[in-house]
Amino acid sequence: MIAVGEKVLMRGCEAMAEAAIRAGCRFYAGYPITPQSELAEYMARELPKYGGVFIQSESEIAAINMVLGASVTGTRAMTSSSSPGISLKQEGISYLAACELPAVIANFSRGGPGLGNIAPSDADYFQATKGGGHGDYRNIVLAPYSVQETVELTHLAFDLADRYRNPVLILCSGLIAQMMEPVEFMPFREEKEEKPWALRGARGRPSMVIKSLYLQDVELEGHDLKLQEKYKEIREKEVRVEAQHLEGAKLVVVAFGTAARVAASAVEEVREEGLPVGLIRPITLFPFPTDFIRKAAEGTDRFLVLELSGGQMVEDVELAVRGRVPVEFYGRMGGVVPSPEEYLTEIKKRL
Amino acid sequence: MYTDLMVSGFGGQGVLIAGRLLSYAAMRENKHVTFFPAYGPVMRGGEAYCTVVISTRLIGSPVVRNPLTVIVMNLPSLLSLEPRVKPGGLLIVNADLADRSHSRREDIKKIFVPANTIAEGIGSGRVASMVTLGAYIEATGAVTLQNAISCLDKIITEKHREFLHLDEEALNKGAEFVRAGHRLQDTGIR
Amino acid sequence: MKLVFDRPRSMKDKPMHFCPGCSHGIVHRLVAEAIDALGLRERTVAVAPVGCAVFMYEYMDFDVTEAPHGRSPAVATGIKRSRPDLFVFTYQGDGDIGAIGLAEIISAANRGENFSVVFVNNTVYGMTGGQMAPTTLLGQRTTTTPRGREAKTEGHPLKMAELISGLEAPYYVARVAVDSPAHIARARKAILRAFQIQVEEKGFSFVEVLGACPLNWGLSPAEAIKRVQEELIPCYPLEIFKDKEQAVM
Ligand SMILES: Cc1ncc(C[n+]2csc(CCOP(=O)(O)OP(=O)(O)O)c2C)c(N)n1
Ligand code: SF4
Ligand SMILES: [Mg+2]
Repeated sequence: MIAVGEKVLMRGCEAMAEAAIRAGCRFYAGYPITPQSELAEYMARELPKYGGVFIQSESEIAAINMVLGASVTGTRAMTSSSSPGISLKQEGISYLAACELPAVIANFSRGGPGLGNIAPSDADYFQATKGGGHGDYRNIVLAPYSVQETVELTHLAFDLADRYRNPVLILCSGLIAQMMEPVEFMPFREEKEEKPWALRGARGRPSMVIKSLYLQDVELEGHDLKLQEKYKEIREKEVRVEAQHLEGAKLVVVAFGTAARVAASAVEEVREEGLPVGLIRPITLFPFPTDFIRKAAEGTDRFLVLELSGGQMVEDVELAVRGRVPVEFYGRMGGVVPSPEEYLTEIKKRL
Repeated sequence: MYTDLMVSGFGGQGVLIAGRLLSYAAMRENKHVTFFPAYGPVMRGGEAYCTVVISTRLIGSPVVRNPLTVIVMNLPSLLSLEPRVKPGGLLIVNADLADRSHSRREDIKKIFVPANTIAEGIGSGRVASMVTLGAYIEATGAVTLQNAISCLDKIITEKHREFLHLDEEALNKGAEFVRAGHRLQDTGIR
Repeated sequence: MKLVFDRPRSMKDKPMHFCPGCSHGIVHRLVAEAIDALGLRERTVAVAPVGCAVFMYEYMDFDVTEAPHGRSPAVATGIKRSRPDLFVFTYQGDGDIGAIGLAEIISAANRGENFSVVFVNNTVYGMTGGQMAPTTLLGQRTTTTPRGREAKTEGHPLKMAELISGLEAPYYVARVAVDSPAHIARARKAILRAFQIQVEEKGFSFVEVLGACPLNWGLSPAEAIKRVQEELIPCYPLEIFKDKEQAVM
């Protein structure tokens, strides 16, 4: 067993599995897909040692529904996949959100659309943050940019999922799944959360139902309003964002996940040359740091959004900036991971 | 300090193990390090490669298009990776499986190590990648040789423990090969 | 004469919404009785389908969760595996189990999951208005087979009980009907047996119940019962296809 504070070299998706177990995850179901099958393999090996359940399901559809079942009983449960598999999970995610069931879903995304390829991409931003499945719902979306942060956000994901009884997506590119980095783990979580809503048999209490069907329009609207209230609270309390060098920055770069780490390197370099460039890195994609970016727009001339996609988060940045200053975009697709030099060129072009 | 390395060869040549050992040693020296292996169907063709980035600062990208240093363990790797080495960079070639006549670049430093011959001399051709890694460490000083040797038991799985002393000797022999006349002044490490 | 109709403890005191002559009402009752008989009410978590039986939770007085259309066997797997002490069953229709959820039911059965399935085969999609189901009989007219189901284009009726019993893992597989008091008595026994097998942790148990959907068949309740007897049962024989206990005896 890995000791707390011991530094080990580990693949991102395996580190996530270890962190999930430490965060109290006791149920995992999944279907193999590159580049994250090692997460399932890790769970298959380790989870039973902690009294947890691992199931290789017949499909991603089955996996998310098994997670739904486990969550119904109040068990901390997760599934993971990569882009095409996450598309199949959307039905189940919508049901989880509607039934207000906690669950953690990891998407180590790859090049798309369609079968695409297995190279790192971040083009599932829309799907993750705007719902993805049907109906008025939101996932909490966390976007780590290193193996260490993947571990930290995995713990956070389980806590937020329980606190808000809502699915939490961990969205990162396949690069983070496969890359090994030094990482330290947090202690095993001891406390057991109370879940009075969980179905464990009507012993000593009236029978209960978990459902999402409300045939009366007004009744369903009431349920939807309750969900909206929750999303509002999440927006108010759970925004996480990292920023550097905003003071006096003429250009502010906005990037998340894999693009953000390449961007951070590039920004460090231009700062050393004395150029006024800042960086904003959203860690929560929902809730999005809208207010933070809006405020930053008051002190800069221009934004540059860098993504591993054709331009998705840029729409949220534009909404936040509200036309106050220009918002420019540079993206690479298809699994291309840009180099810091490439970003450096894009940054300098705009100064 | 910043350096990066690509190691490439046939599957089974120990390419990934060499990369992981270097990464582990860098971690022990409290440096930032990323190890990024080739994964998925590309591995089916029997090709294996990985990229290691070591830095005293946050590492932007674990993927490198033009590496500062490359170790090639066979001819296909030499042909595909030599053109990608940064000008002024370093290329370490397993001379037993990739003849120097195929090497074209004049703007990079090159070390031809008869890695298989040296490895077989120790007792097993399987440790050829450790010979080239030893050469790399000696030539670049990316990590200390002693540290790399001390990390071996963290990287080598139970199953291969019996080869541990061979791995150690291979690292030493690779380093000696460079020390005996191939020491490089400027290795491109910045 | 006063008609005494005592409600099983596992049922709420609520009128059911099903059409006159619909079989779901009877099957609900049989399920509730079996749960009472085995004293399982306080440790039951049932999975309701998407179909006419979706409102099961309105009538049953034990814990019930909903599942997406066809996914009940996966949801039940998640419940039972994370809490093996619970009594878990799915209640599914023919569209739910034989079309959209075929992969989930076959896979759960093949794993030998220790939960029970009650499957009501009424040969149509009841809830959505009587479209063809995988179990629709040859020649049967539905809203999507206006000229009757044809083997050449729509294939043959899907025999779920036979299909499931062909797998190695399932412990008990039976087909029953609820068209007559005698058949209802046998159905009651089969459901009880299926549930008992789960309680004894023996594995997967499956009961297919031939039911009537008078509304979508365009028949009166009495005519619908006749159709079950004259058309459904000849196509779907009432049998215990598999009982591992019996096999060893
Ligand atoms: C994904 C999805 N597709 C379609 C539907 C619409 N739908 C609801 S019930 C049903 C068929 C139900 O038929 P069956 O399972 O035979 O149950 P019955 O109503 O006959 O008891 C369908 C297609 C749905 N709810 N979800
Ligand atoms: S439509 Fe058919 S299955 Fe549905 S309630 Fe009416 S009779 Fe029953
Ligand atoms: Mg039906």
